[in-house]
Amino acid sequence: MSATDVMTERSFYAKVLEATPSGERLRLCLECGNCSGICPFGYLMLYPPSRMIAMMRADRINKVVETDTVWMCVSCYACTAVCPSKIPLTPGLMAGIKEELILAGNVPAELQSALANSQRYGNPQGESPRKRADWTLGIQPEVRIMAKHKQSVDVLWFVGDYASYHPRVQAATKALAKVLNALGVDFGILGPDETSDGDSQRLAGERGLFEMLAEKNGKALGRYQFNQIITTDPHAYNAIKNEYPALGISYPVQHYTEFLAERIDVLKLLMKQQISAKITYHDPCYLGRANGIFDPPRDLLCAIPGVELVEMTHNHTNSLCCGGGGGGMWLDGFQWEKAHVRLSDWRVREAMNAGADVLAVACPYETPRFEDAAKTMPGAEALKVRDIAELLAEALGV
Amino acid sequence: MNIVVLIKLVPDLVEELTIDSGGAGLDLTFARWIINEFDDHALEQGILLKERHGGTVTVVAPDLEGADDVLFTAAAKDADRLIKVKGDFTMANNHALARAFSAIIKDLQADLILTGVQAHNDLDGSAGPLLAECLQLPYVGYVSGVAVNDGKSTIRKEYPGGLLAEMEVALPTVLGIQAAEQPPRYVAVSKVRQAMKTSSIEELDASDLNPDGAAEIGRMFQPEAAAHAEMIEGSPEEVSAKLVGLFKELGVL
Ligand code: SF4
Ligand code: SF4
Repeated sequence: MSATDVMTERSFYAKVLEATPSGERLRLCLECGNCSGICPFGYLMLYPPSRMIAMMRADRINKVVETDTVWMCVSCYACTAVCPSKIPLTPGLMAGIKEELILAGNVPAELQSALANSQRYGNPQGESPRKRADWTLGIQPEVRIMAKHKQSVDVLWFVGDYASYHPRVQAATKALAKVLNALGVDFGILGPDETSDGDSQRLAGERGLFEMLAEKNGKALGRYQFNQIITTDPHAYNAIKNEYPALGISYPVQHYTEFLAERIDVLKLLMKQQISAKITYHDPCYLGRANGIFDPPRDLLCAIPGVELVEMTHNHTNSLCCGGGGGGMWLDGFQWEKAHVRLSDWRVREAMNAGADVLAVACPYETPRFEDAAKTMPGAEALKVRDIAELLAEALGV
Repeated sequence: MNIVVLIKLVPDLVEELTIDSGGAGLDLTFARWIINEFDDHALEQGILLKERHGGTVTVVAPDLEGADDVLFTAAAKDADRLIKVKGDFTMANNHALARAFSAIIKDLQADLILTGVQAHNDLDGSAGPLLAECLQLPYVGYVSGVAVNDGKSTIRKEYPGGLLAEMEVALPTVLGIQAAEQPPRYVAVSKVRQAMKTSSIEELDASDLNPDGAAEIGRMFQPEAAAHAEMIEGSPEEVSAKLVGLFKELGVL
């Protein structure tokens, strides 16, 4: 590193400040250690949040940039939620330090390829952008793709990367399309015009990439007429609600669970099939902790005839992360090598302990992560992982 | 040290390939072009050598869709000179590419010319040896490590079966890179955007795109699925018993 490259506390602080609303609160750290205590991987980080702040204050943040355990951070917002000084630790400090690691070339290979894929194809999986709407095949009435539909719609459904391409998650995506159809919602999707929301790339430290992806989505959205956006993915919801407006992209947006909960009375009339099961609900970090949406998903589950809702030990603000956020989806190998445990295993164990037959989720990262965990955990074979949209579709008989 | 990296752009296999109406070539009307994976390694090796020994890295790429992005990304990785070779390269084979590039590289007084050892669309041999022939320089392929000392290079060459050879080659030389000493680095979008503002691409005309010398392609075929996988059903015990039986039948047990 040349003398001009050496990052001082001041320049790092200035960067965090620039990139994060309320970033200046970093100055208010009490060194209480709550953040590091609640961090699910804090015990593996050489510099968990509070220690990192101490290093920053001592003007030794460069030491942190040389380590790789920062990549254990799954951007779960647990530290941010408990900080008594309300410091934006997840989007400010953690994403900021990850950005420094990326600029210094200290990036695990699996994360590199997800970022490079996002740059080139607009999705982290490296799938063909032309095939983004292929999941709609066979759904009746047909899912409208805005570029072909050429008319305004009431609801623009931002489908997202995993919901569009992941074979397991596609089942939940199709289920949601059927639920929307059953409700007679006038909706359309961007299809090949849609690009990754970029939120997890941002939280993995690639802010420039996030902006590039957001700009592309902003242009695509600007071409069409609609009244509001709904998203499948809480990360997309978080990006469009909290980050896009600062880039001049501003639309009313709801997560699909909020949107459907507003139509719960109609749903109740239409749901004829019983689902006799004990169901527990996993609060996704970016729906619950980061955005305070706790009740709509639970209300939907309770509206299904036959469902008994049970809570796991960690619920609501205290929910556990599935391990997929902030780049975690693209760091499984790296994190396994460091930890030899998976956060999804922990969650599945809690669901079993709660006596649940079904672990219900509302985020596309979670179905495959929890299903993988359930497959490998002795005793969890019978636990079913279902997206709320899938349960609703089943109850509707569609 | 003057390092020149030759980059080929190849059709991106994320999109399905189709054969054109003539039947002997690809329909490239809607192709997206991507840097040949091995050339990305060649670039990384060039940058690593520059970091170790100083000097300059010049990157040369054909004028196809995406060339600017590839060149600016190279600049963001610290390449010094960016050259785009103008001409219709869509259907150019490696013989034509080697002739066109050698005419340009001749004037660059390179000590070391690095390129990927192969590309998925090499139908007429790989570009490296053809280029070396045009330039009358030595060529070593399947290289996975390069050190430079006193006008000589020490090269690690990979052979099948895990064998490695170390050899000395006088400079200047052309090397076909199999793998750089570290995986190609990721550059942040912000750095690429910066490079777009601060660096410029020189455009040079390809003298001629002469494809002579290559074998003629009679016809191209889409691959056909010939055999199907057999799913073994049953309890774990039954499945393993059947598997053992199959292995014995096939003579591997
Ligand atoms: S966001 Fe979550 S994983 Fe990251 S430091 Fe905070 S508590 Fe730890
Ligand atoms: S929880 Fe907040 S105040 Fe306490 S150490 Fe962490 S950052 Fe500082």
